[in-house]
Amino acid sequence: MYTVVKKRVLAKAIVLLEIEAPDVAKKAQAGQFVIVRQFDNSERIPLTIMDYDRQKGTVTIVLQAVGYSSTLLTKLEEGDSLLDFVGPLGQPTEIKNYGTVLCVGGGVGVAPIHPIARALKEAGNYVISILAAKNKDLIILEKEMRAVSDEIVITTDDGSYGLKGFATHGVQAVLDRGLNIDAIWAIGPMIMMKSVADFTRPLGIKTFVSMNPIMVDGTGMCGACRVQVGEETKFACVHGPEFDGHLVDFDLAMKRSAYYRKEEAMVMEKYKCQCQKEGI
Amino acid sequence: MASKLPRQEMPRQDALVRSKNFKEVALGYPPETAMLEASRCLQCKNPKCVKGCPVGVDIPQFVEKIAKGDFLEAAKIIKNKNLLPAICGRVCPQESQCEAQCILGIKGEPVAIGRLERFAADYEMAHGECKVEPKASTGKKVAVIGSGPAGLTCAAELARNGHAVTIFEALHVAGGVLMYGIPEFRLPKAIVQKEINGLRDMGVEIKVNQVVGKITSVQELLNIGYDAVFIGTGAGLPYFLNIPGENLCGVYSANEFLTRSNLMKAYDFPNFITPIKVGEQVAVLGGGNVAMDAARTALRLGAKNVHIIYRRSRTELPARLEEVENAEEEGVEFHLLTFPKEILGDENGNVKGMICLRYELGEPDQSGRRMPVPIKGSEFEIPAQTVVVAIGQRPNPLVTMTTKGLELNPRGTIIVDEKTMATSIPGVYAGGDVVTGAATVILAMGAGKKAAASINEYLATK
Repeated sequence: MYTVVKKRVLAKAIVLLEIEAPDVAKKAQAGQFVIVRQFDNSERIPLTIMDYDRQKGTVTIVLQAVGYSSTLLTKLEEGDSLLDFVGPLGQPTEIKNYGTVLCVGGGVGVAPIHPIARALKEAGNYVISILAAKNKDLIILEKEMRAVSDEIVITTDDGSYGLKGFATHGVQAVLDRGLNIDAIWAIGPMIMMKSVADFTRPLGIKTFVSMNPIMVDGTGMCGACRVQVGEETKFACVHGPEFDGHLVDFDLAMKRSAYYRKEEAMVMEKYKCQCQKEGI
Repeated sequence: MASKLPRQEMPRQDALVRSKNFKEVALGYPPETAMLEASRCLQCKNPKCVKGCPVGVDIPQFVEKIAKGDFLEAAKIIKNKNLLPAICGRVCPQESQCEAQCILGIKGEPVAIGRLERFAADYEMAHGECKVEPKASTGKKVAVIGSGPAGLTCAAELARNGHAVTIFEALHVAGGVLMYGIPEFRLPKAIVQKEINGLRDMGVEIKVNQVVGKITSVQELLNIGYDAVFIGTGAGLPYFLNIPGENLCGVYSANEFLTRSNLMKAYDFPNFITPIKVGEQVAVLGGGNVAMDAARTALRLGAKNVHIIYRRSRTELPARLEEVENAEEEGVEFHLLTFPKEILGDENGNVKGMICLRYELGEPDQSGRRMPVPIKGSEFEIPAQTVVVAIGQRPNPLVTMTTKGLELNPRGTIIVDEKTMATSIPGVYAGGDVVTGAATVILAMGAGKKAAASINEYLATK
């Protein structure tokens, strides 16, 4: 069984879960994801890996309560377990010495950026990480990110911590110092990844984004996670989740992500009463 | 003469009723009908039907037992050759296999072997089972990758011979296409699980959530002590059309559409949380069994009009005739010699229709079928809010890509010795759709069985 061995609340509605999954931990690499299922009637949810401990046999994920399924997952406590925990899935990040790199994490996107930054630093890169969120309370994993980065830049939409502005303002601030950036990883909400990609396209800086579309099996079998990358149709689960941000059709990706919004609302409504009743 | 009796019909749910529910369409023979049908068998001395069966079931023997009312004995005879008879009795294309060879079929109608197999299997499930006792343990270990028809059959045969078998399944339940692909109304999932439990009873270990190629590899399995490996990973990578609009919201691969409904039980949304959407008009592209399954599923999910769109004519439809007729009876509309050249979307990125072309049949192609040729200027629009692409699947490359030294065909299928199902790596065997490309359940089972026999021989020499 996939037992929660550690839980940490990182911010309002954002939790970190360290899960016992020795076989997955043995193989997990930066940039990969897992698929989890909590109950017999649950969806299969893809979640990017935040960390793994091969000795301890654990994999750490971070998630935010957004819809019904993610909300229930955030209610898991230490000692609880998941029904299914499948992985590691997807292609790992291509780690090599690029030179100076930017690792940009927006909101919970900081979690999947963490192992990437660490691996890039271990590979000899000079790693500047940008943590972006709406406000100070929603900046997560700052300590962990400092430990795996050479420098940290923080931006908040409301200016309550670090620079006032979006992730792109953080990128701008670094560029203003005249630094030569060899590659950028940007992971976070779709709109944030799109902004970063739009920002770096004219500058010609290689920009990787990690797509998190709706998935079912996560092994290439269904194609629910199709992403338009340039002229090609790619499956995020097997070809990705990382793609060249300058080629991804984000507008289409955002529409595809919103396709079941009505059904999500229906489920939330149906279970709201039940959740209140059971106090979860 | 018994053979003067007409072939006995199997009761089915009424078309109008069944097109609104997910319960099984075909209801099975009552015992007296089964006995009557079984009595039609001529008990040929040289039974051709057996040669038509990919797993060589002793058909005349089991049919005779049914005729005599000895139903459990009939099931036992089938299980000597086929450990998944309730599944085969439902989804095998008997009309082109055993029943196609039946002597009665020359002048009249063949014995309904498939329906009798199903009857015997269901009877056994309901009235106590004939347990299959494995031989004494050989101490040998075999890893089977994939728990679809090929993997299950191979595992069952190996377990019967006393080997310790572990199945590695990528999804959260065992069964492969039997669980995610074939709909409940054609193959109830409880029946699949019961037959799989029969394997567990024989000592087969099934590990779910194991994506081989990611969490482990063929080489690692050999390294950690498995004496042989069977790859039966199927054809789980859908083809898309490569036409504009195929990534719009509401365009599903048949795999996704069926997996949501069957495996994730989206038909019972919101009791099950995975959603599925069907518009009033659904277009299913393709003419195989998978297309029929998708079309009939769409009807049951509430679509008003379901259109099958197929490039060739009716005679070329690759689906079983029975499935085509079932779909027609339920109200699926067929648009033959028609195919889309573009899928159209609205401002929200949702599908609203397709621009289609009419086709005519030209010269035969490599497969011997006449090539569909588009008619210039024949464009017309078909409205649809859901489009399901059911034009075929190819092997999923997760295992093959990560197995060094495994020889593949250009289309990604594994090259095997057809007699033994041995791959280019010693001790590694393969069978089913990953070898043939998308085919049928029973062919995969035949391959699994053949591979098991070779693995058995191979292990004896080790």
